[in-house]
Amino acid sequence: MSVEAGRELGRANLEVFSETLLSLARRDRNVIAVTSDSRGSGKLASFAAAVPDQLVEVGIAEQNLVGVVAGLASAGKIVFAVSPASFLTARALEQIKNDVCYSDRPVKLIGISAGVSYGALGSTHHSTHDLAALRALDNIAIIVPADNFEAAEAIKTAAGMSHPVYIRFGKRPLYHLHGPAARFEPGKALLVRDGADVAFIATGETVHPALMAAEQLQNEGLSCRAVSMHTVKPLDVDAIVSAATDCRVLVTVEEHSIFGGLGEACAAVLMQAGIRVPFKIVGFPDEYMVTGSQLEIFDHYGICAKGLAQTARALLAADAREGGTHRFRQRRATQS
Amino acid sequence: MTDLELKTKSIQYRKKLLACIKRAGAGHTGGDLSCLDILNVLYNRILNVSPETFDDPGRDRYIQSKGHSVEALYVVLADKGFFPESDLETLCRYGSPYVGHPTRKIRGIEQNTGALGHGLAFGVGVALAAKMDNAAYRVYTLLGDGELAEGSNWESMMAAAHYRLDNLIAIIDRNTLQITGPTEDVCGLEPLGQKLEAFGWSVVAVDGHDVAALGRVFGGPPLEVGKPSAVIARTIKGKGVSFMENDPKWHHHVPDDEQYEQAQRELDTLLAEITS
Repeated sequence: MSVEAGRELGRANLEVFSETLLSLARRDRNVIAVTSDSRGSGKLASFAAAVPDQLVEVGIAEQNLVGVVAGLASAGKIVFAVSPASFLTARALEQIKNDVCYSDRPVKLIGISAGVSYGALGSTHHSTHDLAALRALDNIAIIVPADNFEAAEAIKTAAGMSHPVYIRFGKRPLYHLHGPAARFEPGKALLVRDGADVAFIATGETVHPALMAAEQLQNEGLSCRAVSMHTVKPLDVDAIVSAATDCRVLVTVEEHSIFGGLGEACAAVLMQAGIRVPFKIVGFPDEYMVTGSQLEIFDHYGICAKGLAQTARALLAADAREGGTHRFRQRRATQS
Repeated sequence: MTDLELKTKSIQYRKKLLACIKRAGAGHTGGDLSCLDILNVLYNRILNVSPETFDDPGRDRYIQSKGHSVEALYVVLADKGFFPESDLETLCRYGSPYVGHPTRKIRGIEQNTGALGHGLAFGVGVALAAKMDNAAYRVYTLLGDGELAEGSNWESMMAAAHYRLDNLIAIIDRNTLQITGPTEDVCGLEPLGQKLEAFGWSVVAVDGHDVAALGRVFGGPPLEVGKPSAVIARTIKGKGVSFMENDPKWHHHVPDDEQYEQAQRELDTLLAEITS
């Protein structure tokens, strides 16, 4: 944990992705990027200039894109399919399901400009469904990096993975969250700060607002934990269970619909572990999305320091009213 | 393998195929019978692949995009020794790896297919990899004609022409019928050859049951250097069994006992005729 977490602004994860991919591609000519007219938005112009034979452009055709990358992977290529998350995971969902997951092709699907990164361009361009859609598919890991360190590590790790993986990136420069001692491992959440009153379990670009909320609450005398759940599948069950048992209330935060994403995944873990804790899923509700920039949309739906602190305070107040009696924490001895 | 041996195999495969479908109580009978001669020629004359070389990166690839005709593929792969023929007794049974569409769990099968409009894109990817690696292998993809209504195929057609994939051969099982009825009534495909040419492919039409002609066409590609090849194989859905031919009812119909016996008798007669 770094005391400076969230204080120093880094670069957009997309830029880190592009740079990391280029370094991998220079070392191994089997590393291939495939784009759907997305080299600009994927920050791959320098990649295309440096290793032109390792970039395949298929045009605006996401279904073909995913089928092609499955074919390339079957012939030994280490393939990164780079396409806007919205189109990649909705237009080509059947190709992801069959050509990649069911056929077990070790493709790396890179959803760019993910979540509400496209801001005021509107819902056609938002991917607020992708975690839910892909979580229901067998045989795919889902990684949502929260800062430049997590992004670079996710890409390097993905290159060596022998099964499918989906990694999602936004466009905005992100604050550094981790110190030099941090170690990235898929499926193992990273603790950004520790505490015992409020736990925020967040993923991707919502980890920083959660950290800011934690610091705001800290100033009010509350002890707050912030966890970066960078791997949404497979989940770090231990990190969720310990957050729910160590802290008084638990808030999950995601740049995604409240349906089928990180929050519901955490709820399922806790329910099945027999743990009850005051709990709130923060994400996008079931409504026509407000128009605005990514940060304006975040603010509108309470994915900001102020909104998340308020959500935590409300949970704490309800908990206090009931004297904590509605908390039920029991880990069954037989629990696997 | 001689033409006569291929013709004999075609009938033997049909007999085994019907036995397989009858035993399983399931199968896409009509489409299996329309593409069986294509599979026969590919596996017995064209493809540089065998159980021993299936893991060789330089092997030819066969991708069956019309995955529902998997029973035909299973029968041919069993004959080629990819797995024991007796395995097919478990087809579609609880817990069997022999599921009703192609799956990589079965040795010899390149890619899981069944949802339509997927195989050609996969083939484009494999053919691209071959070009990147300067590898000589060819990629054959079998598509149904009804399947061509899936828009993803046309994305792949564009990409294949753009990348000048003359190591890619799309074979279209043009039996003119789909589950609802004639393709031209459901959503017209014609003029199919002109469409494919307009997409940048080199196109040839062939009798899809003439093993000698199929052998010549499949062994020939690229039809034109720098272009992917499309082979429109004119076929008959249900080919080889009189009452199954050209009847959409047999898309996935399973013969009853009487029909099964009659079909086997008809095939035995054909076999006797060509071997006499």
